[in-house]
Formats: sequence, C-alpha cells, structure tokens
Amino acid sequence: MRHHWTAILTLAVCLGIVSNGYAQQDATAYVGARIIPIVGDEIENGVLIVKDGKIVEVRTADDRKFADGTQVVDVTGKVLMPGLICTHSHIGGVGGGDGSGPLHPEVRIYDAINVRSSGFRRAVAGGLTALNIMPGSGHLLSGQTVYVKLREARTIEDMFIRLKDGRIAGGMKMANGTNSQRDKPFPGTRGKSASLVREMFVAAQEYRDKMAKASEDDKKRPDRDLGKEFLIEVLEGRRVVHHHTHRNDDIMTVLRLSKEFGFRVVLHHVSEGWMVADEIAKSGAPCSVILVDSPGGKLEASNLIFETGAFLENAGVLTAFHTDDWITDSRVFFRMAALGVRAGMSRQKALEALTIAGAKILELEDRIGSLEPKKDADFIILDGDPFSVYTKVLETYVEGEKVFDRSDPEDYLHAVGGFGAGHDQEPYLCCRGHQSDD
Amino acid sequence: MSRYFFQILFLQLAFCVFASAAIAQVAVRGKTIYTMEGDPISDGIVVIRDGKIAAVGPAASVSIPDGMKVLEANVVTPGLVDTHATVGLTGILNQKQDQDQLEHSSPIQPELRAIDAYNAHDPLVAWVRQFGVTTVHTGHAPGELISGQTMIIKTRGNTVEDGLIRERAAVVATLASSARKKGDKSPGTRGKMMSMLREAFVETQSYLKKRELDDPEKKAGFDLTKEALASVLKKEVPLVVTAHRANDIANALRLAKEFDIRLILDGGAESHMLIDEIKAAGIPVIIHPTMARFSWELENASFETAAKLRDAGILVGMQSGFESYVPKSRVVLFEAGLAAANGLGFEGALRSVTIDAARILGIEDRVGSIAVGKDGDLALYDGDPFEYTTHCVGVLIDGEFESGESYKSPSDK
Repeated sequence: MRHHWTAILTLAVCLGIVSNGYAQQDATAYVGARIIPIVGDEIENGVLIVKDGKIVEVRTADDRKFADGTQVVDVTGKVLMPGLICTHSHIGGVGGGDGSGPLHPEVRIYDAINVRSSGFRRAVAGGLTALNIMPGSGHLLSGQTVYVKLREARTIEDMFIRLKDGRIAGGMKMANGTNSQRDKPFPGTRGKSASLVREMFVAAQEYRDKMAKASEDDKKRPDRDLGKEFLIEVLEGRRVVHHHTHRNDDIMTVLRLSKEFGFRVVLHHVSEGWMVADEIAKSGAPCSVILVDSPGGKLEASNLIFETGAFLENAGVLTAFHTDDWITDSRVFFRMAALGVRAGMSRQKALEALTIAGAKILELEDRIGSLEPKKDADFIILDGDPFSVYTKVLETYVEGEKVFDRSDPEDYLHAVGGFGAGHDQEPYLCCRGHQSDD
Repeated sequence: MSRYFFQILFLQLAFCVFASAAIAQVAVRGKTIYTMEGDPISDGIVVIRDGKIAAVGPAASVSIPDGMKVLEANVVTPGLVDTHATVGLTGILNQKQDQDQLEHSSPIQPELRAIDAYNAHDPLVAWVRQFGVTTVHTGHAPGELISGQTMIIKTRGNTVEDGLIRERAAVVATLASSARKKGDKSPGTRGKMMSMLREAFVETQSYLKKRELDDPEKKAGFDLTKEALASVLKKEVPLVVTAHRANDIANALRLAKEFDIRLILDGGAESHMLIDEIKAAGIPVIIHPTMARFSWELENASFETAAKLRDAGILVGMQSGFESYVPKSRVVLFEAGLAAANGLGFEGALRSVTIDAARILGIEDRVGSIAVGKDGDLALYDGDPFEYTTHCVGVLIDGEFESGESYKSPSDK
C-alpha cells in the first residue's frame, strides 16, 4: 500500500496537480453499511461520502444517486464508524525525560519516536487513527506529549496535527503516586512530589511575569528557558496536562494543583476514580481510563474495577478509554470499552469513550471523533458489532486514505501476529538489537 | 436494572434458600449445556450429588430429584481449567512480601513445592474464579532455569489442602532470556543453560543408581533436589518448559529426547514455526496468553498460533501465564475468547480451557467435562462465555456455589 501511494503521489506532484498535499479527488461513497456516526443516530443502511480527505455527507442509502464521478464502494453488511482515538499511548519506542531528575518540561516526545515501529501498524490494525503519544510515568513531569494521525509516515512530521496557530498539537505529561517516587533526586513521598511541582509552577509564573514586564526590552528579558516556555503554555491553558494518577487521594492532589495554578488537566488511569467520581465531575476534569484484566500488579491499582467507566458516566464526567500500549495491545482496544459495558457502562458512552470523548480530551473534536460533514475522513470498517470478540477491523482510513486492509497479507500479519509472524525465516532475527526481558 | 442483575439476584436468592441445606446437592438447568462429551445439549439438566455429577442430559430425559435446589443459566460449561498460572503465589499487591513465584538464590531448585507458597486467600484467586475458572495449574513461575514445582488446585477453599487435586503436578523449567543471569553468574548464555540442565539430569541419573547401592558407605544420601528431578526422569511428573523462540523450543525437544522426559511446551510464541517437530515429538503445548505482549522473545507471537497447533493435531491448553507487572493475573476465559475469534473457533477455544486442558494436566478423570462421576464443577453464563459483554453468573466447585461476576452500581453507593 505504502509504495503504491507514494508512487501515485510522486507522479501527481510531477504533473503539478497537488495542492496542500491533496489531489483534487472525485468523491467516494461507502454504501450500505450500518453506520455508527457516534454523534447522531445509527443508520441501519447508510452512506458515507468522502472527498479530499474530508467527510462530505452521512445519510441513509435510500437515495443511491451520487454526483458525477463519485466512486461507489459497496460495504453492505459491514459496520462503519469513526476511527478510534487513543488518549494515552506509548507506541514508537518512546523515551521522554531521563533519570537525571523528576521534571523535564523541555523534553519533546516527538524527538524520540520511530515512525517505522511495528506498533503503528498494529494500531491501525486495531482501528486506531489518532493517538496521544506520551512519555512514561516515572517522573513528576516527563515531557511534552504529541497528538498524531496514523497516516503513512516517513518521518514524525508526517504524523503531526497542526493547530490553527501552527503549533504541533500535544500536551504535557505529569504523574503522581508511586511511579515518580524514586531515589534522589526524585521525590520520596507524596508531599514532596506535590511541593516540587508547586515550586516548578511558581518559578514558571515568575519567569512569565518577568518576560511580560520586560516586554520589548531585550536587556531586561531573562535568559531563554526552554522548559519554562512550555510551562507558560500550560499555565495559560494552551497546553493541557495529561496526568497519570491512580489513588483517590492522588487524584484529589492533581485537582488541587490544577486549581491553584489554573492549568487544565486530564486525569489518566484513575484506578480509584470511582471513589471520587463526584469530586472529579465537580472539577470539570475529564478522565482517560484504562481497564486491565485484574486489579493490582502495583499497590495503587489494587482497587481497580471494571465499573470505573460506569461510575464516571453516572457522575457526568467526560470519559475516554486508552490503551496505554504496550500495557494493553492497540488491536484489542474495543475490548476495553466492551468490558466497561459488561460492568454497567452504557453502550453509547462506551462507544464515545473510544471516539468523540477522546477527540474532546485532545481538543480536536472539530476535526475527528465522529462521522459528520467537514470532519476528517478517519473511519473504520468492521465485519460485525464493535463490542463482539468475534468482530474484525477490515479497513482503516485516515483522511480518506486506506492505511490498513486486512485482506493485504502484510497488513494481516500485523493484525494477528507480531513482526514477522507467519513468515518463513531464520529461527531468530539475527540483526536486531535484542533486549532481554528480565 | 438489567436482566443480568436480576439473574445475579436470582442466583443469590437461590443460594440463600438452600445455603443451610447440604449444598453439594444441586441441579443446574441450562438452555445450552456444553458437556465437552459430544454435542451441546439444548435445555439440559446437570444433577450434582455429594459434589459429583450424578446425571446429565436433556430435560426431557433427566429429572430433578424431589426437593433438590435448582439453578438456571443460559449457558453451562464445565468449570474452566487454567493450564498454567501463578495465581496464589503472585499476590495482588506485587510487593516483595506477596511474591513467592521465583526464588533467585540458585538457578536450579526443583525441590521448591508450590503447596508451601500458595495463599488460598489472595484476592486474585477469587478474581479468576468469578469468571468461571475452577481449577488452576499454578506454582513457580518462569524466570529461573528450574524454578520449582507446580500443583493443581481448585479455586475454592480455606487452605491449600482444601482444594488440592495434585500436590506435585510438574517441575517447571525456563529456556528463555528471563532465566539468564548477568555478569559472572550462570547461566549467562543459552549454551550454558542447556549444559546446566543436562548436567543436573545426568547427576540425577547417577544419584538414582547410587541410591540402589546396598553398601551404606557408597549409597547416596536422600537429596530433595535430586528426588524432584528423579520424578521427572521416572516420568512421574512432566517437565514444563517455558520457551518462546524457535531455537529454545528445539532445545527443549532435544533435552526431552535425550533424557526420555515427558515434556509439556509452555509459551511457545514461535511454536507455529516448528509445528512438524512438535507434532512428531507428540507433546502438548500450553500456549502463551493470546493477549501476551508481543515483544522481545514474543515478537513473532500470533493470535492464531493456538489454531495452527490445534489444526495440526497438537493438544493445546490456554494459560493465564505469569505477569511481573499488570495485569497481575490474566483470565483464561478472555485469552481463550480472543483465540476463538482468531481461528480456534468456539469449540476449540472452549476445549482449550476445559477438556483439553484437563488432558494435558492428566486430570481428565476429575474435571474438564460434564460427565457422570466427574467433579461437580460448572461455570454458568448469561450468554456466549467468550463474548466481551457476557457475564459469568455463578460457579459450582464440587457442587458448592460461588458467586460469579458482581458489579457495583453507581446508584448503590
């Protein structure tokens, strides 16, 4: 698929018919599927019309007349819905802040992503089309996150989502609880963790004020500070904090700091979020939830329950799920929301938690997360109900381009097996750097 | 309130009513009963007396004895058998004090018994039980060359003795990087791993000969380590070898052949690359959890391996496996479900957690199918057990009722 498309694109560029990265294409109509638009009612026999990477129309297939030149694709009997959005992923071999200290606001995760990682191929096989890629949780602040589209990519730039002001979309990853408590210079307690974060934000506020006071006067301006520049974005609400937090009291600490410094925050994991669901709702902070197959494995996850989604839904909290890939595999992302339904969440909210809720959390709901006109044509085609174990993702589209096709042998390999699975090959891959799993 | 909650309520009420009676007398009526002994039975009945299955068949031909309490469910299966777990040894907290699955002081310690390390009250035992798992093959984990022994136990009971089916089920070995030591400690390489295993078995052969000697001066003294290895050489127990890479699997096959050992291959991420060899050796495979992380030595793992092995005629069991982090215990029901959807099919997947699992462990006379004379172990579901949104609504172990999944409702707080 990749080479084929590249060749066409190259040809198109030579012929001078490409503008802004898109050829002026004829429309494509996907006809006959059960369409789950997420926003709006399900359409039993629907049509999705796509043009130039955008959704043009979503409607019933009663009227089968289309504009001249429209390519019609029969997807009768299939299920069509928006591509899935994962608000918390570690795909791409990411490395954020290092062991030198607990705070790394200057570190950009996109400087550390291998776009050729097979994890991306598995993600599109699971129906994912947009991700928030984050550094890990072993720091109070481990660096900036990046929101990406799972387009075919040669470099990370090909995956970026640009904001209206030209900035690369992303947030800031923070953590509290036990992951970020380590030997010096890391904090050893929860109290110390919070005080280090407060000191960091106070220093950023002072830096911001000095910058403002200096105005245009270069001599008065403090030396440039990369980390504080990004913390100012956080303080001014232009960069959302994605905060790893499990225990009920840790969640409250995050909300307390968010209120003190005025930063906007998304609560991630929230294993004990069900205990403080009303408090979370009152704060207005959304949640990004992970369910794993059993509680525990770490102290602060010992009260993890499958009902978290139901509790947050009941309290009125904007709730998404996330893979935390490689904690869970992107190919079974649907399963997490289905387990949420198993434990009492509504089907609609569980579907939203894989799509539009994630879009809202990433503040991209004007572009992705539902099948509505003018939104990006990020969608997937399934062979059955999204919440059935037996259902397969057949095709994944990002901005109208097919990025996964289960009938393609190479794509199929990524859908069912790890890199190289099913190939005849030497018993072990000789030339790859091998990491011990101990 | 959903139908599911009513079903739970019904079961709980039913339980309360007959809790005071001898509850090992119970009948289960199922819309579909998968006995694993032939075609499923529509509208069937299972009668359990004194903890054993006394009758099973269609409702038209099996009558429920007068006064016997009756449970009802949409789907009834044999209690699930987890072919390889570490539950009870790997505690929920994952703190040093509740992790007893690996002793790192020496690479070869087959004398370590699982029964001495099992906590019947660890919450993860009840956690897996609520999804229908009634029997687990559990014990020392992969991660040392020979990490110890395993046992087979029901997921019910106050002490390890209560639910024990087999005190010593297997000796477990690891041919993988996780058993490799750093620095100047052995084993540091795969070659050394194999040589240490061979040495241990050769020494055990000598030991057995010296135990036969009459001369008390020359007769070998009783040695717990050697006795445990001797049980493998005498085929009293199998050697379960965890190996993922094809070359490690080949090593395991070579070792088993050399010493005429009953081998069970465990993990087997690349077993799909050696199907002919595994089949020729006639060994079963306890396949890695379908959702195991496909990285490092599992980089070539596939959702379809279980199906490929089964299609080749190899006996396949599903496992929850060992996780050093989260999820601290996987659930074999879920792992089998994903395999069902990836070529293994409903029946194949159900077999991998019932009768085929029991056959691999050699306990098919007790569990694994619904047949007269077998243990009264059943799992009750409100739909296809493998569907994500189905619930296990109750479990019977030796005819005793345990609750299935029960979820808190936000409105109950």
